[in-house]
Amino acid sequence: MSELSDLYQEVILEHNKNPRNFREITDADQTADGKNPLCGDALRVYVAMEGDKIADVAFKGSGCAISKASASMMTQAVKGKTREEAEVLFNEFHEMVTGGLDVETDDNNLGKLKIFAGVLEFPARVKCASLSWHTLHAALSGDETVSTE
Amino acid sequence: MTWNVEEIRRDFPVLHREVNGKPLVYLDNGASSQVPQLVIDRTSKYLAEEHSNIHRGVHYLSQNATTAYEAAREKVKRFINAPDVNCCIFVRGTTEGINLVAHSYSKAFINEGDEIIVSQMEHHSNIIPWQVAAEERGAKLVVIPMNDRGELIIDEYENLLNERTRIVAVSHVSNSLGTVNPIKEMIATAHKFGVPVCVDAAQSVPHFAVDVQDLDADFFVFSGHKMFGPTGSGVMYGKREWLDKMPPYQTGGSQIRTVSFEKTTYAPLPAKFEAGTPAIASGIGLGAAIDYINSIDFVAAAAHEHDLLEYATQRLSDIPEVKIIGTAAEKASVISFTIEGIHPHDIGTILDQQGIAIRAGHHCAQPVMDFFEVPATARASFAFYNTREDVDKLVDSIQKVIEVFA
Repeated sequence: MSELSDLYQEVILEHNKNPRNFREITDADQTADGKNPLCGDALRVYVAMEGDKIADVAFKGSGCAISKASASMMTQAVKGKTREEAEVLFNEFHEMVTGGLDVETDDNNLGKLKIFAGVLEFPARVKCASLSWHTLHAALSGDETVSTE
Repeated sequence: MTWNVEEIRRDFPVLHREVNGKPLVYLDNGASSQVPQLVIDRTSKYLAEEHSNIHRGVHYLSQNATTAYEAAREKVKRFINAPDVNCCIFVRGTTEGINLVAHSYSKAFINEGDEIIVSQMEHHSNIIPWQVAAEERGAKLVVIPMNDRGELIIDEYENLLNERTRIVAVSHVSNSLGTVNPIKEMIATAHKFGVPVCVDAAQSVPHFAVDVQDLDADFFVFSGHKMFGPTGSGVMYGKREWLDKMPPYQTGGSQIRTVSFEKTTYAPLPAKFEAGTPAIASGIGLGAAIDYINSIDFVAAAAHEHDLLEYATQRLSDIPEVKIIGTAAEKASVISFTIEGIHPHDIGTILDQQGIAIRAGHHCAQPVMDFFEVPATARASFAFYNTREDVDKLVDSIQKVIEVFA
């Protein structure tokens, strides 16, 4: 199924199966709920801060492979980052999946997250990939809910 | 069986195209069916040669367009065996038709403390308009429950009917489960209490012949684009005894008799419910879709679809990871399913890469999803132009999905 290699890569399938930081943080400083009403994806992102630093970040919820893998890899990417660094990643990720940033030619800090560049070819799935990021952004901004509709 | 599916497929140009480098396998007929050449030609001819506004011009084109549009209405009347052509109201689709009935009927007949009955299996378009009407009129929404197979519990339905019930709104065929409801019996039961029934027939008219007089339906609503016609076409049939007493849904041009700033009097049926310039090309296209259905052996078509349903059900049941949602004894050719551990959107995307179009999501029927405790399902819905090979390709691709996620 070579046509799917851009979307369902091994790494994404693996994160879907064994999502990292898939748990609650009981003493989280910020939580936010993200919902994609179109497909029923729903997740909650928990953030524990130490000063300006994201000391711990985790998520719970249900969704498709793309949304789950994206959330899993997001938690890995932003853990230990400052609020500002996380916001930079949020913006770059958003730009990447909506076509505003070319990961091959434009400077970016996305690293492993570049694997989601293929989502651009699947417009119906962009919201799946970006749901966790929007939810993190909401948590960091002090908003409690976010919907991708 | 006299059904020649290859011949029928030649009538539908889109079935011969490729999608993602693979021949299209179109299994999303429950969302919208494909359009035969006859309908394409009739609509194009209208747009190319006949277009004008209807019911208002004295000139040649306007009169011709009016004649063509009203001829389509006459076809609708015969298609559903309505007693009166003027009781067939053109709407944009089922959703608009239900909104029309919910709005106008409730204004005339529903008051505080009254009850409106809907069912557990309804899609959002047959829930929300009634919810809004209930709120506005101070009435209560009551829900017919269903069992684990996705069949309405008819004994419970009979218990819900009482002297406060003002209307029953129920699907003929469920869009998400495929269940064919015993609508004739349900109407007869409601009528014992003097209660009218509004039938959402969006998913039944593409599959089998209907007769609103035999069913004794009070309101009967359906879309053109699910029965091989264009989007923007649809019908709300209502019994005259109700329609005459209901206020207009929308107001404006075409639906008036006299207008002054003190008082407006409305035109008789059907114009009373058809404010503004309608979707003329779509209405004429719907008429052509009816011509098409009349030109084929619709009984053999239904038998062919039933064969596809049984074959697909059998083949999908053989895959241990697949669970079919909705196993009613009486079903139209709709199969909702889930695959253990794989989200329907992932199924939908991978099938699409194989050229297979299915629906993945909650099918605008969140209460149904809640009932079966799933966030969403994948749905294959068949039309008479689908084949056993389509089913085989679906099954092969589902096997691949399971492999990818293993």
